[in-house]
Amino acid sequence: MNSSLLMLVDGRFPAGGHTNSAGVESAVRIGDVSDDVTLEHYLSGRLATTGMVDAAFAAHTAATVHPTEEKLNDLDDEYSARTPSPTLRDVSRRFGRQMLRAGAPIWSSPTIDALVSRTGGVHQPMALGALVGAAGGSPHEAAQLAFHHLSAAVTSAAIRLIGLDPMAVAGVQARVGLMVDEWSIDADRWASSRPATLPASGGSLTDILAEDHARWDARLFVA
Amino acid sequence: MPPHDIPHEYSDHGSAGPRHDPTASDSSRRSLRIGIGGPVGSGKTTLVGSLCALLRDQLSVVVVTNDIFTSEDADALRAAAVLPTERIVAVETGCCPHTAIRDDIAANLDAVEELEALHGDVDLTLVESGGDNLTAIFSRGLVDVQIFVLDTAGGDDVPRKGGPGVAMADLLVINKVDLAPHVGADVDRMLSDARERRDGGLVIPTSLVDQAGAQPVADWIGQQIGRRVTS
Repeated sequence: MNSSLLMLVDGRFPAGGHTNSAGVESAVRIGDVSDDVTLEHYLSGRLATTGMVDAAFAAHTAATVHPTEEKLNDLDDEYSARTPSPTLRDVSRRFGRQMLRAGAPIWSSPTIDALVSRTGGVHQPMALGALVGAAGGSPHEAAQLAFHHLSAAVTSAAIRLIGLDPMAVAGVQARVGLMVDEWSIDADRWASSRPATLPASGGSLTDILAEDHARWDARLFVA
Repeated sequence: MPPHDIPHEYSDHGSAGPRHDPTASDSSRRSLRIGIGGPVGSGKTTLVGSLCALLRDQLSVVVVTNDIFTSEDADALRAAAVLPTERIVAVETGCCPHTAIRDDIAANLDAVEELEALHGDVDLTLVESGGDNLTAIFSRGLVDVQIFVLDTAGGDDVPRKGGPGVAMADLLVINKVDLAPHVGADVDRMLSDARERRDGGLVIPTSLVDQAGAQPVADWIGQQIGRRVTS
């Protein structure tokens, strides 16, 4: 892993990640996340569902060279189809835009140029995958970074929202990370698969809670 | 992984190394972006509301608010009807208002650019931070100039304590000076301490019981815009 890739997952990279709780704000309110144990369950569930989808699309985009407009439309449609909540689709495009705003002036590739100029925006995993590819990373690394991105969002939001012990939460993140490392092995297959055959796992509560969250009067996180 | 380990099919991505930023210069932008920061309860939202009321007839103004809970300040400004609803946007800051204005400005920059693009003719963009501590400061990537607001009743030793906001903001506003007799605060001392901390930088005392109290700040903003136009 090179220094550019490390920057892309560093929480200090200015792509707006700190404003995303990845559903933790809602999960806390309904009592699904209240301590280290429930946080680990929540994190494992998200990584196995939306996390898997994000990793697959990031890996696929990292391996995409000189994409046609049709190709990008296909990828975008397939990711949108895996994101039933309109709110989460909007949020994903917002984070995609923020990631490209931060990364496109630094790293370049035909894929990044195509995404920057694409009408209708870009989903976050595609923006991340394109930046990873341009920064010299492999699909495997793109998948790992996508998983880490979600894991960091979930754990840091839990620390901020309910004051969990950050040492204990780091332990949770490390344990769950070992599990996820095994899933990233599929990245080369994801890179060469047609978008329609990429993983499509999800959890309906993720989307239902996201829609509910968007209607709260007072939120601390975007989603 | 080092470049020679990248499989051939993934290596044709254009430059693998960082490139220089061709978009760093943003001189074509019309709007002056002003950050307004300061501790909780110092009067930032009241100042923003008063400035909007004083300036909206001469300038095209938009506002981005960063209250800790998304919509509180934006709702207060909308309720006061100082600007049309579509000119005020609230940004979520993920429990960290200082991060959103300093370390990772993505969410705010996104909101600012969207508002400016939506209205096209914007002269002035006010970014109000969530209430924070004395170490908060706006990134130069987000705003052109910044105002830091202190509350007279928040302790008359605060200007002496200093910090980046007090020392480095382009304008320091010491607000609620009308409360000084009630809380035993020494406004003259606050002003002299502040000027010392700021190496003589501008300090304006205000009372925002009515909107006209913000006129000296509005005049300063007018000077900033004039300076930008002529430079």
